Amino acid sequence: MDIHALQQIVHQTRDARRKQTIPKFSPADRDQLIHKYHPDYRTSAYRPIRFGPNANDKTVVELAALLEGDSSIADNIDLAPHYTTDVLVVGGGGAGCAAALHAHGTGAKVILATKLRLGDSNSVMAQGGMQISVAPEDSPVTHFLDTLKGGHMQNDHELLKVMVEDGPSIAKWLIELGVLFDRQADGNLHVKKGGGSSKPRLLTCSDYTGLEIMRVLKDEVLNQKIQLLEFCAAVELLSDDHGHCTGAIFKDLDNHRHVVVAAKSVILATGGIGRLHIQGFPTSNHYGATGDGLCLSYRMGAKLDHIDTFQYHPSGAVYPEQLIGALVTEGIRSEGGHLVNANGERFVNELDTRDVVSSSIIRECEEGRGIRTMSGRVGVWLDTPLLDAEHGPGTVEKHFPAMMMQFERFGIDISKDPVLIYPTLHYQNGGVKIDANSETNVKNLFVAGEASGGLHGRNRLMGNSLLDLMVFGKRSGLTAASRAGSMPQGKLTLQHLQRFRAEAKKHGSPSGVISPMILPAYTRKEPERTVNG
Amino acid sequence: MAQEDTNVIDQPEVLRHKMVTIEISGKKYEVPEGITVIKALWHTGQEVVRGAGCLGGFCGACATYYRTKDDPKVRTCLACQMAVEDGMSFTIMPPFPARKALYDIQSLKDPKQDLFNLYPEAPLCRNCNACTEACPQKIDVREGVWKAVFGDFKSVSEMFMDCVMCGMCTPVCIADIAPNLVALYVSRAQGAHFTEKPQGLEIRIKEIQDGRFNDEWNKVLAMNEQELADHCATVK
Repeated sequence: MDIHALQQIVHQTRDARRKQTIPKFSPADRDQLIHKYHPDYRTSAYRPIRFGPNANDKTVVELAALLEGDSSIADNIDLAPHYTTDVLVVGGGGAGCAAALHAHGTGAKVILATKLRLGDSNSVMAQGGMQISVAPEDSPVTHFLDTLKGGHMQNDHELLKVMVEDGPSIAKWLIELGVLFDRQADGNLHVKKGGGSSKPRLLTCSDYTGLEIMRVLKDEVLNQKIQLLEFCAAVELLSDDHGHCTGAIFKDLDNHRHVVVAAKSVILATGGIGRLHIQGFPTSNHYGATGDGLCLSYRMGAKLDHIDTFQYHPSGAVYPEQLIGALVTEGIRSEGGHLVNANGERFVNELDTRDVVSSSIIRECEEGRGIRTMSGRVGVWLDTPLLDAEHGPGTVEKHFPAMMMQFERFGIDISKDPVLIYPTLHYQNGGVKIDANSETNVKNLFVAGEASGGLHGRNRLMGNSLLDLMVFGKRSGLTAASRAGSMPQGKLTLQHLQRFRAEAKKHGSPSGVISPMILPAYTRKEPERTVNG
Repeated sequence: MAQEDTNVIDQPEVLRHKMVTIEISGKKYEVPEGITVIKALWHTGQEVVRGAGCLGGFCGACATYYRTKDDPKVRTCLACQMAVEDGMSFTIMPPFPARKALYDIQSLKDPKQDLFNLYPEAPLCRNCNACTEACPQKIDVREGVWKAVFGDFKSVSEMFMDCVMCGMCTPVCIADIAPNLVALYVSRAQGAHFTEKPQGLEIRIKEIQDGRFNDEWNKVLAMNEQELADHCATVK
């Protein structure tokens, strides 16, 4: 059927739905729903990791293969350093920029290396906002409790307390750098309510929060003349005789040469894994989200935490084809947008946590109440025109200019027509285990941002990622820089890699997988010989 | 199940998988109609390192020039956000060597005057409007440059909130202005110097420093797992 004909039921049922309140699930119902429908509980997608710091822990098969994968670096490579620095930051997104700026601010020498350009990251796409408890009726403790509830009580308490308490001073830092957060009439920060949060707590820059923060941080990194190594992909870490981290080896993607960097500390801010397309899911992630930091740390002996849980964002676009997997911001639901099945019914409280909402969408689709596309996808409607009906014409355009433009390019006006959505692989809930200073169990190896684990438990709350990046970017940067003065540069060896290879050998034949992946293999190898009519 | 069959969206482009001829940097290729420009590059076997970033229309890495069949007008797009059509010709914009001024945003004494020291070319705009036409985000770039020069920093910061820093406004400028960089400076100055400091934020920072929440923290952190779960359930 014509898409417009199918959309009619959403228009027809809008007024009736507006009078409806959908209660949130009871804890028991919510657990049952998640266990039945959430992709984290699809056991066939998982297997135990065979060796290494997390031996016998289960994770998705795509990641297990990379963690067990071999390095591209030969044992006898020349390790004479091309660069020497106090602090080496790997990754140019939010956490990497925050780490580099804070470390540089103390006077330490900093190099920031990134496999694409400075700023190419998931951070730049964050639309929903950043959770910080600035409202008078809110508090860091309430932020803590909301996050804990959203994370199924599995969050690391120490990391979480640090994040919620550092939040307000992070907002201040960003404002001083010139970030333009939305304001109330009285000049105070405007706060929006996010899924799973009991109080309005989202600081926003319309629906460009991540972009605005990243424009400013990138500009600041350039203004501070921090040394950059762009288009340099980290392919191996370096360690000394004690197993402490002492640098990294990069592959320059322009000339394919190896670049060796000696550093007193290394901060991995390498982001998540969406581009592994776990369980075949499309993803909202950027081109380089291939879990490189996980593989590098794992070979070095760093322990991973919550590596079996991923966030499938409830609203990834399903139609048009060109936007598959792209995010339709949660902000739409924060402002009252309904999720509607093929029968014109709501089926979940739209502001429940992401895992609950995603599970319920999957349930609707598996039970035949989804809308299918001819390319074999399925989804439910997100009633975007409802926002104009509820808050006045022009609301969608004013509050969600990025979304409007994205769909407009394909001839779709989301203020007039609902959009078709289905969960998309969005975030790695776990990652490398860190302490409150963002350090791993490997000395002088820090991990900040999405690549780290523990903070978010088994489900990250909307808006907590931008804050995570800033808080732990800062903490890692300051801690790494503070050590530089009193610490000599350690030896550069590949002893950790030799140990890892020996262990891999004990566990049978090599898989042939080389990690990190660096970029997804989207380039088509075999050209088609015939054109289908 | 019968009902399910009626819930299928028509996608003629999916049903009749059609190949179209496009030109990439002057070379002809056949690709499926309707895929994005960036996917067309992958489809033709090209490795993409430069020219792809977020793949979501936010990072500006994939700024592209394109032309549609028989149209002399060269337009701009983001390669991850544009579908190919028959006869289309495109090339990804190489990094353009624009000059970015260096400044310490916080220590600026007179940001509106400093604009002319940092970007002396900004007031030399000759009103050709090429920058506005080049913007894939549909920002009125030319208007923004003038507003910056006249000191209306607030308007500029609002107009350029959509700016993905793709830089397509820069190569077309006959006065050698980099409008996106000018706007970035102006927006940061607006935020750092001309926007009211939020009082509530200062109060909250002080409350945390003074330990206002310590009693509550002590209570919460002393709870066992079950008590904490029960307590979380009471937060509404």
